[in-house]
Amino acid sequence: MKVVNQGLPSIDGRGLMMGKKAYTDDLADADSLIVKVLRSPHPYAKIVKIDTSKADALYGVELILTHKDFDRRPFTRAGQGYPEPSPHDKFVLDEYVRYIGDEVCAVAAISEKIASKAISLIEVSYDVLEPVLDFEQAIDNDVVIHPEPEIHEMFPIGFEPKRNIAAAYSMEVGNVESELAECDVVIDETFYTQAQQHMMMEPHTVNARIDYQSRLVIYSSTQTPVHVRRIISQALDYPLSKIRVIKPRVGGGFGGKQALHGELLVSKVTLLTGKPSKMVYTRKEVFESSYSRHPMKIDIKLGAMKDGTLRAIDCKILSDTGAYGEHALTVFMVAGSKVLPLYNKVKAVKFYGDVVYTNHTPAGAFRGYGAIQGNYALESAVDILCEQLQIDPIVFRQKNMILEGETSPIFEIMGEGTEGTAMIMESCKLDYCVKRGLELIDWTNKYPSKLMNGSIKKGVGMAIAMQGSGIPYIDMAAATIKLNDDGFYNLLIGATDIGQGSDTILAQIAAEELGTTLDQMIVYSSDSDLTPFDTGAYASSTTYVSGNAVMNAAREMKKMLIEEAERALKCKVTFDGVTFTGEDGKEITLKNLSNRLYYNEDQKQLTATSSYVGHKSPPPFMAGFVEIDVDMETGEFEIQDYVSVVDCGTTINPKLALGQVEGGIMQGIGMAVYEDVKISDKGKMISNSLLNYRIPTRVEVKKLTTEFADSYEDSGPFGAKSVGEIGIDTPPAAIANAIYNATGVRINSLPITPEKILKGIKERKDAKR
Amino acid sequence: MKVSIIINDYQKEFEVDPGEYLLDTLRNHHYTSVKRGCDNSTCGACTVLLDGKPVPSCSLLTVKANGHNITTVEGIQEEASSLSKHFGHEGADQCGYCNPSLALTVHAMRRELINPSDEDIKQYLVGNLCRCTGYEAQHRATKSYLEEIK
Repeated sequence: MKVVNQGLPSIDGRGLMMGKKAYTDDLADADSLIVKVLRSPHPYAKIVKIDTSKADALYGVELILTHKDFDRRPFTRAGQGYPEPSPHDKFVLDEYVRYIGDEVCAVAAISEKIASKAISLIEVSYDVLEPVLDFEQAIDNDVVIHPEPEIHEMFPIGFEPKRNIAAAYSMEVGNVESELAECDVVIDETFYTQAQQHMMMEPHTVNARIDYQSRLVIYSSTQTPVHVRRIISQALDYPLSKIRVIKPRVGGGFGGKQALHGELLVSKVTLLTGKPSKMVYTRKEVFESSYSRHPMKIDIKLGAMKDGTLRAIDCKILSDTGAYGEHALTVFMVAGSKVLPLYNKVKAVKFYGDVVYTNHTPAGAFRGYGAIQGNYALESAVDILCEQLQIDPIVFRQKNMILEGETSPIFEIMGEGTEGTAMIMESCKLDYCVKRGLELIDWTNKYPSKLMNGSIKKGVGMAIAMQGSGIPYIDMAAATIKLNDDGFYNLLIGATDIGQGSDTILAQIAAEELGTTLDQMIVYSSDSDLTPFDTGAYASSTTYVSGNAVMNAAREMKKMLIEEAERALKCKVTFDGVTFTGEDGKEITLKNLSNRLYYNEDQKQLTATSSYVGHKSPPPFMAGFVEIDVDMETGEFEIQDYVSVVDCGTTINPKLALGQVEGGIMQGIGMAVYEDVKISDKGKMISNSLLNYRIPTRVEVKKLTTEFADSYEDSGPFGAKSVGEIGIDTPPAAIANAIYNATGVRINSLPITPEKILKGIKERKDAKR
Repeated sequence: MKVSIIINDYQKEFEVDPGEYLLDTLRNHHYTSVKRGCDNSTCGACTVLLDGKPVPSCSLLTVKANGHNITTVEGIQEEASSLSKHFGHEGADQCGYCNPSLALTVHAMRRELINPSDEDIKQYLVGNLCRCTGYEAQHRATKSYLEEIK
């Protein structure tokens, strides 16, 4: 292969480094009205009165929007396939506010200064209500967070708002209780995972204008342009045909931009005033008023026989979706469906629990999407079990984990909000990933720990993980390839590049199939008027689902080209990407054929469009190994090396795939050890800026070592599976296991901090006395 | 009030509020390569060079820049282009939002540090956060750029 599997530079890297206008706010109209939101100071309150008279009187205030300006039309901002598995429990503006930072009303003014002044002049009286701030006390609490009658589920998701339950689920294969009763060893552990902030560098940003064709044109920093268009239409009752959504370059998403944030208010302002408007979230708003990762309480029981056979898994989860149920059910289900099949040889497995409303900042989609939470619990529990069995955790995993050619009943039972899809693991090099990782980290010489200089102990730990490649039968992608005169192409795709490099790798797929070079494939993506349908950048779908659509379109184009060349040369031809050669030796170049088609003879436009929907979701797999140095006197630790060996099938662009894995690893390390969304006992988010919410900088982690397994997924484009999320899953469990191996302290709640480790070391010392 | 700033070697005059930050002044006047990230000088996306030294423009009052030289990435296009080659080669480009500010900081580092070690480079660039790459590829790219222009 000449283009695919080559580490070519991103097609947009140079222009972005040089500062070209490319991101949403770079493209806002200069005379845009500035939209600002007055946000709730209370975790739960009913708005009694909004007095806007002083703000209205301010020069330069164009419009003030309150809940009275909107029909009672519940929807979900989630940005998922339609009908959504998230409850329709949100109004653009409501008479209730359900968390500190929730929207009360919005101002549109001619400048930032006037908009801010107007916000400060609005007087709101609230009937302050008792909030629910402990998610373990949410179910059947006297306080009901969503009492409004209009809200509903789109199909059964276990939605019981009167009980503060946004979604519920349960499934069982075999009989877990009776299997556990027969096991030689049973462990029963509880794990807690915290909320995490996406902290994409570009805040949520949107702007709107009415164009010369009287259409509402939105630029949005989004992962889901077609969902944005649909939800604006549904929530504002405005015709879909009059809305155009353009996604410019996006400064990172990680799931945070799957949902809508400012789009609805900005659209409403522009529709009502006829004037362009824009909104850029402050970083405080991104922290407090967008959404973060679902915190979970995970109760897990594992049962095994003395010979190391894992026999049963019982996993019960309570998930906190905060004030609104965006991605409530689906994140919950992925904590099971993309975790439990790792151990596919069990006789029984049970997965169940609830997703509850609280008066916290909502939770939503975030890279890993439940799998990182589930993986932390399961892969920590496996190490705990192995210690009780006195079996090496590597040997145990090798004996019990999923292998190529195998399946798990869970694939068929659990999908994302619906039933799943049965599938065999046609490509699964997890066994290689483990073996190679052991070598790279030098496991045998370091496991479980080594005393270093002074009070430093070195420990190693590991975890295995899987994810998916899109949502079968739901995520659809399409691609159009257009031949231009002179013989170069346009690739038009709905797929949404949010920085992960999808424009580049999809162009690589098209160029490879057509035998051309990357510079001959000019990409335009994510403009709802000009590019074909694609559900967007989420669920690790782009490489696999959009990639297949692009490959199909390229094959179609190749067929058309050969037909036209045969018409021109009047004989059968072969095509090498540049030249068509006839059986009789005659030749015509693609350049000449194109110019002939557009200017001279047999004139016609060649355009090939194709689409793809997955019939399965082949999981990428990985094994993650970490080496840490812990100071036994302070509990502080340093990550010396994080080794990742990943099976994502063919890497369409090995350099960009590496970036996906390494970025995911670092974000997973962030969740495992640094990042914690702290909320006061009054419901106020304390960690609402980068000063007190710490993400990894370039000095903390000493080394990342990343390799890919030689693997080929037959159903993927050129053998590829997706790779966007898999990197994030292993760090919490691998680091927790390494800390245990070094110190004997088991950390069952994230983040893993020196304080918790030191406390554990002290407790162990005291117990020995 | 009126301020006079030399931006990328051109004298510019602006009418600004006393409390206005340079980031807002620059973006309002179409220097959109300067990005808004965190609002409190912790992420580095708004970095500009003030008389050659990297500073966060989100917390520099525009009046403080009066009479000074400000460089945005538009002022170091050649350097940014040549750094981008190394980023491309190492796969260090992802969302690119923070790359203009990183190019400016690398440019300043190159003038300030002679033969920096790995640790020197990481420490100099520590204020430029990136949430996409995990930093490894950026580090390799920066090193090979410094190697090339030695």
